[in-house]
Amino acid sequence: MSIKNLSQLSDMHIDVLREIGNIGAGNAATSLAGLLNRKIDMKAPVVRIMDIANVDNALGGPETPVVAILVELSGDIRGIMMFIVSQHFTKIMLKSLLNEENVDCMRLTDMERSAISEIGNIMIGSYVSAISELANLKIKISVPAVTSDMVGSLLTVPAAEMGAVSDEIIFVEDDFKNSNNSISANMMLVPSLDSVEKLMSGLGIDL
Amino acid sequence: MNELITIGISDMKVLPSPAAFATYALGSCVGVCLYDAACKVGGLGHIMLPYFPKENPNEKIHRYADTCLPEMIKAMEYMGCCRSRITAKIAGGAKMFNVADDCGFGNIGARNVAAVKETLQKLKVRIIAEDTGLNYGRTVYFYTEDGRMVVKSCTMGVKTF
Repeated sequence: MSIKNLSQLSDMHIDVLREIGNIGAGNAATSLAGLLNRKIDMKAPVVRIMDIANVDNALGGPETPVVAILVELSGDIRGIMMFIVSQHFTKIMLKSLLNEENVDCMRLTDMERSAISEIGNIMIGSYVSAISELANLKIKISVPAVTSDMVGSLLTVPAAEMGAVSDEIIFVEDDFKNSNNSISANMMLVPSLDSVEKLMSGLGIDL
Repeated sequence: MNELITIGISDMKVLPSPAAFATYALGSCVGVCLYDAACKVGGLGHIMLPYFPKENPNEKIHRYADTCLPEMIKAMEYMGCCRSRITAKIAGGAKMFNVADDCGFGNIGARNVAAVKETLQKLKVRIIAEDTGLNYGRTVYFYTEDGRMVVKSCTMGVKTF
């Protein structure tokens, strides 16, 4: 069977993506803890196939300002991964990495941008290497692009770039926790449709 | 003040005055405001992609510039508008990400704007105001009392067209 849109994925496919998410997020939490020099725990990520409009709402409404790191996937599969962090999380990261207070997330300096880009690189890299090991696929990732703006204006970009045939995306919700607060960060994966088939068959699952 | 009518992604609506439309957080998408000043009927569309994929006929027609705009005009004419009086104001089509090693990436905004312009030209609708491109998201408000388009963004403040 060939698939025309993501809603055709069954519970089993979602389970597989969730398991990949688990492994990737585990790696990512370890790297992030090292980088930020604090203890970070993670809950099992939630993987959902969601409509873009609902993702907007899950993240606080379309006009909520966020910081997003986008990476293009190429090689055996084609797609886009985007890591979305709240202003709160961005401030925590920049405080730990650059010892900066009073960061204006909508007007990031080059240094701040570069630090965020590195974090995105690590987070997305951990996830992508989990996929590529499990599915035995070669996946290259581009240099991360960092943007801060209204969440709604960023969410449609991966889908539009992939020539979406639906408003649905694979949405991975990661909750990080350290001793005193819980911060949530979200990752979304928008594979091209032929890549979904390749990914699933790489994992040994028939569509 | 009237209640704001929200236009979602890949959606459009046409209404007589007084109506106030809003479409939130346009990134690479394009918001098109069509207006007939004589009968005070206006419509707002939130377009996501340039051209309707013929191989996938079940797709939503309002997602694409070349299929959404003719529908909007048709709806306006049905409400008594005259094609020659309809004017357009457009906003959005930004390049939200700059991927360093792929210059082809991020052009979807520009392609959307080009497709909107081409379609409007075919429909013989004049564009009288435009706030497109660059690299930031926009929220668009559109009022059918006077055809005013208000564009709001995180860093550039509020602009009225």
